[in-house]
Amino acid sequence: MSNPRLRTLTAPLIDENPITLQILGICSALAVTTSLATALTMSLALIAVLAGSSTAISLIRHHLPASIRLVVQITIIASLVIVADQFLRAFAFEMSQRLSIFVGLIVTNCVVLGRAESFALRNPVGASLLDAIGNGLGYSLILMLVALIREPLGSGSLFGWQVLPLASEGGWFQPLGFMLLAPSAFVLIGLLIWIIRSLRPEQVEADDYPILSSDSGEAGR
Amino acid sequence: MAEPRRNLWARFLALPNESLTKTLGVAFLVALVSATTVSFTAIALKPRQQAQLDAAREEQLAGMIAALPGLANILRETGAESLQQVVVDLDSGAIDPDIAAADYDFIAAQSDAALSIALPPEADIAGIGRRPNLAPVYLMRNADGLALVVLPVYGQGYQSTIRAYLALEGDLDTIAGLSIYEQGDTPGLGARIAEPEWQALWAGKSLTDAGGAIAIKVVAGAEGPNEVDAITGATYSSGGVGNLVRFWVGPMGYGPFLARLKAGEF
Repeated sequence: MSNPRLRTLTAPLIDENPITLQILGICSALAVTTSLATALTMSLALIAVLAGSSTAISLIRHHLPASIRLVVQITIIASLVIVADQFLRAFAFEMSQRLSIFVGLIVTNCVVLGRAESFALRNPVGASLLDAIGNGLGYSLILMLVALIREPLGSGSLFGWQVLPLASEGGWFQPLGFMLLAPSAFVLIGLLIWIIRSLRPEQVEADDYPILSSDSGEAGR
Repeated sequence: MAEPRRNLWARFLALPNESLTKTLGVAFLVALVSATTVSFTAIALKPRQQAQLDAAREEQLAGMIAALPGLANILRETGAESLQQVVVDLDSGAIDPDIAAADYDFIAAQSDAALSIALPPEADIAGIGRRPNLAPVYLMRNADGLALVVLPVYGQGYQSTIRAYLALEGDLDTIAGLSIYEQGDTPGLGARIAEPEWQALWAGKSLTDAGGAIAIKVVAGAEGPNEVDAITGATYSSGGVGNLVRFWVGPMGYGPFLARLKAGEF
C-alpha cells in the first residue's frame, strides 16, 4: 500500500468500490447480471469506455472552460460508448443482441462521469488511466459476483454451461425465477454492501438526519 | 506556412479558459474529433455488422424451416431449390417480376420515404409508422401445390422493434410457425417472446375465424384456434407480437397478396 500508483489502481476494488461504497452504476448492475457472459461483456465495455474517457478528459483538463465542462465530458463519453457499441455489433453480434440497449446506457452510467469529474479533471493522464481501470475493475468485480449468484440460481448454469440439471429437463433443480428479475440484484447488492461494511466499519456513513428520541429534549441540536 | 500556424495554435491554447473564443473553440474541436471518431468507426464496421445481421437472419430462417413439422419430408421430396423467393407489391398484392429478391433491401426500404408509405394511425396497429411498398416472400411448393409461405414481419414491442418470420401452411390460414429473430425488449421480461416455448404456441393457430375475418390475437388465458396465450410479465411485448401478426396478414400488409395467392393466381 506504500506505492500511491498501485493504491490508485487497487483502492476502487473494495475500499472505494464505485458500486458498494459510492452506490453508482446500479442500473446496469441490475440489468446485465442475469448471466456471467453478459456481465463480463458489459464489464469489458465499461472498462474500455472509462479508460478512454478518463484519458481523453485528463489530456485536455488544462484547456477545459468551466462553463462547458459537463457538455464536453458527456460528448466524449457518448462518442466512446457509440464506438464500443459498434465494435460489439461487428465482432460479438449475439452478445450485443443480448445486452440490447444497456451498452448504449453506459453514457448514463454515473461511474464514468463520476470518475471524469472527481479524478480525471484534476490528475495527470497516467494516474487518471490507472484510476479508470481500477474503478472499472471494481465495478466489474461486483457485476461478476452478482452474476455468479444469479446465473446458477436463476438458470442453473455458469457461462451458459448447465451445471445444475433443470427440473424441466428431467433433473432435480427448480430454478428461482426471482433471480432473473431485477429486484434480486438489489437484494444481492444490498447484502454485499452489508457484508463489506461489516468487515470495514469505516465505510459506514454518518446518519444525516438521526432520529431523535422524544426525551432527548435537544431538538435542533 | 507552418510557423504562423503553430503560433496561432499556441496563442489559442494560451487564451484564458473562460474567454469566448476558447470556449467556442474547445467546443468545436471536441465535437469535431468526437464526430469524426464515431463516423469513422460506424462506416468502417458497417460491412461487418451487416454480414453479422444477414448471417443471423439466414440462420433463423433455416432454423425455422428445419424445425417446422413435416417440412423435412417436403424438402426431401422436392429438393431445397423449391424455396422460391419473390418480391411482392403489398398494395396490389402482385409479384414484382423485375426485382430479384436477393437484391431487395427490405430493412432499408422500411425507413426510406421514397420506398414506403406513411400509415394512418388507425391502421398502424403494429406501431411501425411507415410501411414499405415492396416486401419479400418465400414460397415452398411440393407435388400437391403450395406447401408453405414464409412472410418477414416486424412491429413495435415494448422498447424495441420485433422482427420475425411468419410461416403459413398451404391453406394460407393455419400458422406453421413463428420465429422471432430480432428484438431488444427487457431481458427476463419482454425478451421472453424470443423463447422457443412461447413461439411454439403459434403453430397450428388459425389466422381467421369461421366468418373469414382476421381473428388471431394474443390474450391471457387463450382459448380456441385463434388465440395465443400472453406471457405473464411480458403482456406488452407478447401483445406486440400479436398486433404485428394481425397487421401483416391484414389489408395493409400481405393481405392482398395472400388473397391472390389463395385464388391460385401465382
